[in-house]
Amino acid sequence: MNPGRSLYLPRRRVMRGVLATAAFGVTSRLWTGCTPTSESQASSSTASGKLLQIGFIYVGPKDDYGYNQAHHEGEVGVAKLSWVKTEEQASVPETTDVEEAMRNMIEQDGAKVLFPTSFGYFEHILTIAPKYPDVQFFHCGGLYQEGKHPKNVGSYFGYIDEAQYLAGIVAGHTSKTGKLGFVAAKPIPQVIRNINSFTLGARSVKPEITTQVIFTGDWSLPVKEAEAANSMADQGIDVITCHVDSPKIVMETAEKRGIFCSGYHADQAKLAPKGYLTGAEWDWTTVYTNYAEMIHSGKTLMNGGIPHIVRGGLKAGYVKLSPYGPAVSATAKKDADIAKAKFKDNSLVIYQGEIKDNTGKVVIPVGKAYKQQDRTLEQMNWLVAGVVGNA
Amino acid sequence: MATEALGWWGVPLGIAAGTLRGSAPFLFVSLGECLTEKSGKINLGLEGTLLMGAMSAYAISYVTQSPWLGVLVAGLAGIVLGSIHAFLSLQPKVNDIAVGIAMIIFGSGVAFFFGKPFIQPVAPQLPALEFGAWSSQPQVQSALEICPLFLIGVAIAPLMQWFFQSTRWGLLIRAVGDSPDAARAMGISIFKIRLLCIITGSFLAGVGGSYLSLFYPGTWTERISGGQGLMAVALVIFARWQPMQCLYASLLFGGAQAIGPALQSVGVTSYYYLFNASPYILTLAIMIVTCSPKRTLRGAPGTLGSSH
Repeated sequence: MNPGRSLYLPRRRVMRGVLATAAFGVTSRLWTGCTPTSESQASSSTASGKLLQIGFIYVGPKDDYGYNQAHHEGEVGVAKLSWVKTEEQASVPETTDVEEAMRNMIEQDGAKVLFPTSFGYFEHILTIAPKYPDVQFFHCGGLYQEGKHPKNVGSYFGYIDEAQYLAGIVAGHTSKTGKLGFVAAKPIPQVIRNINSFTLGARSVKPEITTQVIFTGDWSLPVKEAEAANSMADQGIDVITCHVDSPKIVMETAEKRGIFCSGYHADQAKLAPKGYLTGAEWDWTTVYTNYAEMIHSGKTLMNGGIPHIVRGGLKAGYVKLSPYGPAVSATAKKDADIAKAKFKDNSLVIYQGEIKDNTGKVVIPVGKAYKQQDRTLEQMNWLVAGVVGNA
Repeated sequence: MATEALGWWGVPLGIAAGTLRGSAPFLFVSLGECLTEKSGKINLGLEGTLLMGAMSAYAISYVTQSPWLGVLVAGLAGIVLGSIHAFLSLQPKVNDIAVGIAMIIFGSGVAFFFGKPFIQPVAPQLPALEFGAWSSQPQVQSALEICPLFLIGVAIAPLMQWFFQSTRWGLLIRAVGDSPDAARAMGISIFKIRLLCIITGSFLAGVGGSYLSLFYPGTWTERISGGQGLMAVALVIFARWQPMQCLYASLLFGGAQAIGPALQSVGVTSYYYLFNASPYILTLAIMIVTCSPKRTLRGAPGTLGSSH
């Protein structure tokens, strides 16, 4: 029609393009709201004279009363060191998004140490790690294999089932009906180990006690979790604990139904002021501070100064117990404290024969004991006698 | 002993209690969608509206300490999202399904963004009416703690049925959905009717969201809806666009959520994945039984899914 026709763009197409670009920009900001948090005022120059930049990545919100909040509390703890500067990013899915988050932290913020905390981040760490050989990646949950995986990748985890054992002792003492409940996400070894340790702890004080397990099927299903807690209360269960991403709903439902609850991941006492007994918590501050100090003194994964696999329980301070709630009796406190002391001097082994599973089969024969470090325990696929459920 | 175990009686009780507790979000969203679809448009974005409603209700309830104000604001949030959807999907040649999918992403994104500071605080909850005082069983008492909002939803269903069948406005909406040409010939503004239907539908979905965060499960997390908004949209097809059947279908789905946990709590520990999937299996089965290749779905508004 006119000479400029070849340059003509339909208005609609232009609008569409502009909108799409804007929408993409807006949403990608939404998914990954980057929040550099604590900037310690480190005027005192350190050995290297530079701040150690550490990045943390979480799969969910950092104040979910659960797994991510526990890691966030660890981040706040390590940020207190004057020569550490931290940044964190929450709600990063276990997809290539996390690779992008890691790359940003390394290239734009100059992070030298990364803690991508979710279990499913591992394969993405393996993709990124070889490209940044001077950056150290520490992954929570641990699948590191010597020789197979890059040298700048390490793994850390805590034996939280020791704390669950203590929580089991408290629950066993508190329960009047002799029935405990466990709301679990999926029957994987980590979860099963918690169920078994909780039950063994309870049965160490009352051998006839049972633990009812309900598997909801996924890490975060609020309605199913509430249903599970409600139907347990209907069945006369009077202490509930759980292993899901955010225990908030289980604790609140238990409190509403007037029964006791025992926390997991972080301290949930505020959610259930009357019924909260105690809880198995992570203490990542210790872990992250240890790592930071090792790196500060010049040790790295690459030069062999930092072990690739780091594990610890109550003794190492990787896990802890929530402060006892008002409903916990003096006897329960005493027994739990005794067991805690035994964990600390290594004289208590949870998985010591003879242990039968809930079908009556002997899984650990008399005289055999699996210490916490034993790899066999990380493949646990049986529920101990006293657990009502099916793994 | 008051807290005596119920044993097998716990299963029907658990499912009944689950029905009373868990079906309100399905009910509100499906009624809203029913209204929208009767006018000939689909609003898939109600999943996002549900999340937005849940978030805004929780936030307002926390800030003002008034849960009912939260419900109202959730409805208003629904109106805002509904207006956007209506405005976009009523443009010529715009596909309402595509807009709906965009609205799911938009609604949930906005809800997550503004919801961040409200994950941790505990907001005041809606009150429950105690219908179980006659029973000495604490289980029954707890099962019969019903939220007034659910009763409002139950009342809306027959009202909407009557509205479609017996009122002039209901007829207009059906006319717009079934035969826009005839409606236009009558001098009705199709745009205005559909706009109102979509916005009112979104209002209901927003209120449904407030039930999630202010009564059951009663908290705000990013996973609170668990796809209930999308399921409720599908429920409308399942209910053949009849408000009363939306009510029954919502009760069914609400109850089905409780099957898995209730059975596991009495010791039926195998096949829990199968029990958890029971609502979906049920839907598929009913769809297969009632569908026929020889005719279209009975009750479907004539222009549904076309860009008319």
